[in-house]
Amino acid sequence: MIRFIIFLLICALPAHAEEEIVLGLSQDQVAITATFEGSDILVFGAVKRETPIPDKSELGVIVTIAGPDQPVDIWRKDRRVGIWVNTDEVEVDAAPSFYAVATSAPMRDVLHHVEDLQYRITTPRTIKAIGGQVSDSVAFMNALIRIRTDEGLYQRLEGAIDLEEDTLFRTAITLPANLTEGTYEARIFLTRNGRVIDEYRTEIPVRKVGLERWLYNLAHNYALLYGLMSLAIAVGAGWGASAIFGMLRR
Amino acid sequence: MQVYLPIAEVSVNAFLLLGIGGLVGILSGMFGVGGGFLITPLLFFIGIPPAVAVATSTNQVVASSFSALLAHLKRKTVDMVMGTVLLIGGLIGSALGVLLFSYLRSLGQVDLLVQLCYVLFLGVIGALMFVESLNAIRRANKPGARITRRKHGWVHNLPIKMKFRVSGLYISVIPPILVGMFVGVLAAIMGVGGGFIMVPAMIYLLGMPTKVVIGTSLFQIIFVAGFTTVLHATTNHSVDVVLALLLLIGGVIGAQFGTRLGVRMKAEQLRILLATLVLGVCLKLAIDLLIKPTELYSLTAGM
Repeated sequence: MIRFIIFLLICALPAHAEEEIVLGLSQDQVAITATFEGSDILVFGAVKRETPIPDKSELGVIVTIAGPDQPVDIWRKDRRVGIWVNTDEVEVDAAPSFYAVATSAPMRDVLHHVEDLQYRITTPRTIKAIGGQVSDSVAFMNALIRIRTDEGLYQRLEGAIDLEEDTLFRTAITLPANLTEGTYEARIFLTRNGRVIDEYRTEIPVRKVGLERWLYNLAHNYALLYGLMSLAIAVGAGWGASAIFGMLRR
Repeated sequence: MQVYLPIAEVSVNAFLLLGIGGLVGILSGMFGVGGGFLITPLLFFIGIPPAVAVATSTNQVVASSFSALLAHLKRKTVDMVMGTVLLIGGLIGSALGVLLFSYLRSLGQVDLLVQLCYVLFLGVIGALMFVESLNAIRRANKPGARITRRKHGWVHNLPIKMKFRVSGLYISVIPPILVGMFVGVLAAIMGVGGGFIMVPAMIYLLGMPTKVVIGTSLFQIIFVAGFTTVLHATTNHSVDVVLALLLLIGGVIGAQFGTRLGVRMKAEQLRILLATLVLGVCLKLAIDLLIKPTELYSLTAGM
């Protein structure tokens, strides 16, 4: 049985003996501080090969960065008794909180759709199990992608990777300020004629640090204490204001 | 200067928040209102998630009310007994409100409920205030007209009567408890102190003398808003202390200017201004509900 699984794994792995990815990242973690305004991640690397560059097929590079998966409820408004109300709902089991996909050429040139299905590379493929009682769930999925694209959370950067001499590649991906924390996954694919020939994965932890971390933990793990602390600050500020008022009047 | 809010998980301009706090502070200094009814919608407009906006506003209300209460305590214009009775109702109402809030949040209807409450209450209160102050201005121009106030209504015929010495009242505890409960629910759902409901209710429904009304209402509001803040913090984890702090700093400074501006203006003019403002906010929210939104879809991400 175990041998059979190993055999399957070997079959599932792309045949990448000839060309391999060597990768660098400008930062291997992102710290969300109190003055966090977003962050640029520079992804760069090279294609390592023992043999000369094959010239009959087209080389492509795809870089994806995905935030942690979350369940999402998508609501659609409809007019009821004259006002606009949330009426239809679609629940998505898991959609990445952030997803950027950058390519070295137009998507259809670097990625075959069968490979997309297998590796879940384009944004719609990363959204898992869309379910609900509506007939037009595609519209809901498009809305999810549209809203998150407007917020800079979903990015489709076709042709944003510089590929030099079929060997060196680099791209910059901007993480917006409204990031959710968690472990982000960067994947780099090497394709030839749309077929994936090598894949490289690495993790980029995104964490609140310092005061942000401390407050967040307090709010979630010691909610009562946090609530009382907020109250104390409010009462203190109210008292302070009144005291200063009094002093100014005199 | 951008600041990342740890609970709201959005990055906003710190000066914008200070400005909002300051603006609302000026108004609360001028009109003697907590300002919760303005802060919450303004926070919606700048993109703070509604749940966080509501919970954080209640915290803000505690601060501004506490500062004002201290002044009233010095003048001995607080009816502690009445305040306590109102408070009992308020705490029950607030607990109910927070439960309702988390239930509707799970249904995806919390935004609608909050907006509808705002449109309804701001519309009614704003219109009443507007008409009342117009009449007052007219009355001031025509000397000789008299204000009549009914002394006894159905409120005074209910059982379980109690003496309220400071207010000089001997009435049943049922109406104050109901008023308190109602305001408690509003505090939880709308993120307001509820002074704008409580003050008219105390004057017209309970027949309390005007001079103790504001102090007593503040006394009750602090506890209800405080209790609501803690409830929101423990059930919904939606109080953002960084947001609250920035609003507070602005509010405290704004209130100083507001009080000075308020002294220079006539009471009727002040009330007309406040009524116009209330109606303006109401109109903006109503338009959002009535016209077709540009984006029909909205997202609620699970935690």
